[in-house]
Amino acid sequence: MKLLGEFVKGLWRENPTFRIVLGLCPTLAVSTSVTNGIGMGVAATFVLVGSNIFVSLVRNIVPEKVRIPCFIVIIATFVTIADLFMKAYAPLLSRSLGMFVPLIVVNCIVLGRAEAFSSKEPPTKSILDALGMGLGFTWALILISAIREALGNGTILGINLSRNFEPPLFMILAPGALLTIGLLIGLLNYFTMKAKSKSRTF
Amino acid sequence: MDIASYITIIISTVFINNFILSRFLGLCSFIGVSKNTGPAVSMGVAVTFVTTMASIISWLIYYFILVPYHLEYLRTISFILVIASFVQFTEIVIQKKAPSLYKIFGIYLPLITVNCAVFGVAVLNTDVFFLGGKALPGSFLKSAVQGFGAGLGYTLAMFIMAGIRERLEFSEVPHSLKDVPITFIIASLMSMAFLGFSGFKI
Repeated sequence: MKLLGEFVKGLWRENPTFRIVLGLCPTLAVSTSVTNGIGMGVAATFVLVGSNIFVSLVRNIVPEKVRIPCFIVIIATFVTIADLFMKAYAPLLSRSLGMFVPLIVVNCIVLGRAEAFSSKEPPTKSILDALGMGLGFTWALILISAIREALGNGTILGINLSRNFEPPLFMILAPGALLTIGLLIGLLNYFTMKAKSKSRTF
Repeated sequence: MDIASYITIIISTVFINNFILSRFLGLCSFIGVSKNTGPAVSMGVAVTFVTTMASIISWLIYYFILVPYHLEYLRTISFILVIASFVQFTEIVIQKKAPSLYKIFGIYLPLITVNCAVFGVAVLNTDVFFLGGKALPGSFLKSAVQGFGAGLGYTLAMFIMAGIRERLEFSEVPHSLKDVPITFIIASLMSMAFLGFSGFKI
């Protein structure tokens, strides 16, 4: 039961995008279409799980002072694997994600989880934590990119939604991304507050 | 070797492709440190220094080590390691040689290691100024100028945002939009204003 908790917390209570507000650069930059969102989410989850396992395995060997460079090397290794794999098997996706694949290495979520969680916990827990965080990141990405693709391009996963809808280009461009995530976090805050005040009165 | 092309690079990285507002690099620190103008500008100056130096160092590594030995796939690992150690090194030097400067910039340096803007500019330089494994003419200076321009654009966006947020203290923001969400919405409006520059042909 406790192990399940480590997995579930990343999905909602400690969602990296909406709650901790980490790893924003890739979230906003690649969320122009749902395909990109899924690709980025899967790549980041892979890197998270891989690096969390290794960080957790070496956590008692690595001296305190050089731990950050060590973690970064582990993370960079997995990012390179993901990058090369994507170039070989999904060249189109790799091209549309562009420089944001190598940029996973500076994604605050990955180093944040390595530092805050897996450098202190055993591998089994770390895997679950990484999976939860990765999936939390992925669904947040899919949600944001679905909103942006639907409003800005009139499609979802490339399928046309409506014929007589003139999509505002602005949603695909940079301002649309910032506006979407701002309003989404605001909306989540609103519902959380409402739920809290309700549970207080009853 | 004309001055005009360097000015073009600076104008395009500061205004047209502003690192924060249109490329989404360095967003985490943009949201985190932009509460007051003082710290925001200090952070901007520190980032400008590091992006410039990181561009120079990463160009040297790419040109003299990675390309001749066909190790381009090690780009991610080598760049992030070099940047991290350079930042650490700067921190130690400043702490020893200029303690007063360290008081102003010291706390921002560790933050910069995982700042996507720094790593992003290094990757971008190799993407733009190296074609098919060959350096374009003048790419060394152009990389350095692009790094400097990226930092300048970062500082500009930070400064404007901090100025707006200082004013925001006195205005009534809806409860659920306070702090992070409203910052995103402001960033969206700023980004829309910066989109106006994209019509520029230089």
